[in-house]
Amino acid sequence: MSQAVPRIVIAGAGHAGGSASAFLRQYGWKGEILLVGEEAIPPYQRPPLSKAWLKGEATAESLALRPVHFYEKQAIALRLGTRVTAIDRAAKTVTLSDGETVGYEHLILALGARPRALPIPGHDLAGVLALRGTRDADALQSALKPGARIAIIGGGYIGLEVAASARALGAGATVIERESRVLARVAGQDLSAFLARAHAERGVEILCNAAVEAITGEAGRAAGVQLKDGRVIPADIVLVGVGAVPNEELAREAGLACENGIVVDIQARTADPAICAIGDCTRRPLPLYDRMGRLESVPNAIEQAKQAAAAICGRSPPPAEVPWFWSDQYDLRLQMAGLAFDAVTAVVRGDPAAGSFAVFHLDAAGRAMAVEAVNAPADFMAGRLIVSKQSVVSPEALRDPAQDLKALAT
Amino acid sequence: MPKITYIEHNGTKHAIDVPVGKSVMQGAVDNGVPGIDADCGGECACATCHVFVDEAWLAKTGTPGDQEKSMVSFAATAQPNSRLSCQIEVTPALDGLIVRMPEAQH
Repeated sequence: MSQAVPRIVIAGAGHAGGSASAFLRQYGWKGEILLVGEEAIPPYQRPPLSKAWLKGEATAESLALRPVHFYEKQAIALRLGTRVTAIDRAAKTVTLSDGETVGYEHLILALGARPRALPIPGHDLAGVLALRGTRDADALQSALKPGARIAIIGGGYIGLEVAASARALGAGATVIERESRVLARVAGQDLSAFLARAHAERGVEILCNAAVEAITGEAGRAAGVQLKDGRVIPADIVLVGVGAVPNEELAREAGLACENGIVVDIQARTADPAICAIGDCTRRPLPLYDRMGRLESVPNAIEQAKQAAAAICGRSPPPAEVPWFWSDQYDLRLQMAGLAFDAVTAVVRGDPAAGSFAVFHLDAAGRAMAVEAVNAPADFMAGRLIVSKQSVVSPEALRDPAQDLKALAT
Repeated sequence: MPKITYIEHNGTKHAIDVPVGKSVMQGAVDNGVPGIDADCGGECACATCHVFVDEAWLAKTGTPGDQEKSMVSFAATAQPNSRLSCQIEVTPALDGLIVRMPEAQH
């Protein structure tokens, strides 16, 4: 399809797609930009959905990634309520869900991820919710009245954040976790233990080693969660937060490599020079760790948006960043940097009992691979620097409160 | 509307009208000013909206809180006039504010 002005189509208008459109303009792309999003509203921030938005402390305006006038001024065309349904790589066109065919010079896949479904009896009852978009959050919010009871299947970050918000809203919360500890997949033992205690102290019931058999119902509505050991957890609403699945089907059908995520290089490029992929839907190089992985985080979405925009605009690649994450639960600010691959030693700095501490994860050679900080922003910042350099650090120095951490980043 | 001048590391100036009540960070992000990343969206969690406040405006922008102080002091290029722009709320008194961006936020 010939066109007078080259066009970039961005498939997906989440944090990654929205950021990519902004970086493309910042980096000097003069052609058309078409941002295609399935949801009805312009790109917004998802992290507050389980926190401030759920508690009624955020507005549609504060949630928006950018105001609507931004897209007008930057000449970024928004096509909302629309999906890309097919890619024709030979013709360099995409088909939209409204039937239109649109040509592209470059295509950026920012397709996101979807909540993993739990194929158990009762999963389709009314009152069984997942949390990904504002509609999910609004449904959750309207159900979380004072005195309501929520059963949360999955003790990951979404589950724990919703539990904290539920308590703030006066609802009762039970977290049901299959593994022996909460955050088993994404946090070290010390942080898991600390958070389990923090939630219990605030009235959340946490059940670990608990396998779910079914969601029970009454008159078509969820009424509880039945465990394999026979226990039934009564609930008015059930949140399923058991991870996310990358939306890679569109890429796979177009013949692009997918291995639990669309495979990209360090500039977010697929094997097709005209197609990049960014955000939750990708499997990407993790340069600090010399392997590939999938990162579900806002910082990753923004980093890859920059990589793709730089690649398309012919700029040198942005420097590699340390993966990092944050979470807010009650009065606890969690900040994590790095990934604890090959970690064999955990060193606690500070006092968990006092509610402010950091855990450093070292590999067998004593190199810092990751840091997890709770109400310890300075330790997080220093830790991120140390992890970025993969400095060899001594556990004694890390434990010493008089030690200047910045001096360990060598 | 208060006018805020953002100066990129390369010297490019952006004079932007920012509504009262928004943060200095939002003023930049909402208008496509390069050099302020704001990964966390204004939660004071990431320190990627680091700016240097023009000396003449330091007092008017107020005092950073403990969380901000801890975060910004570890920014790679921190100076005494470093602030996280998500923590500076735009008020009529800040009409004319000048901030400069560091070379990089990461």
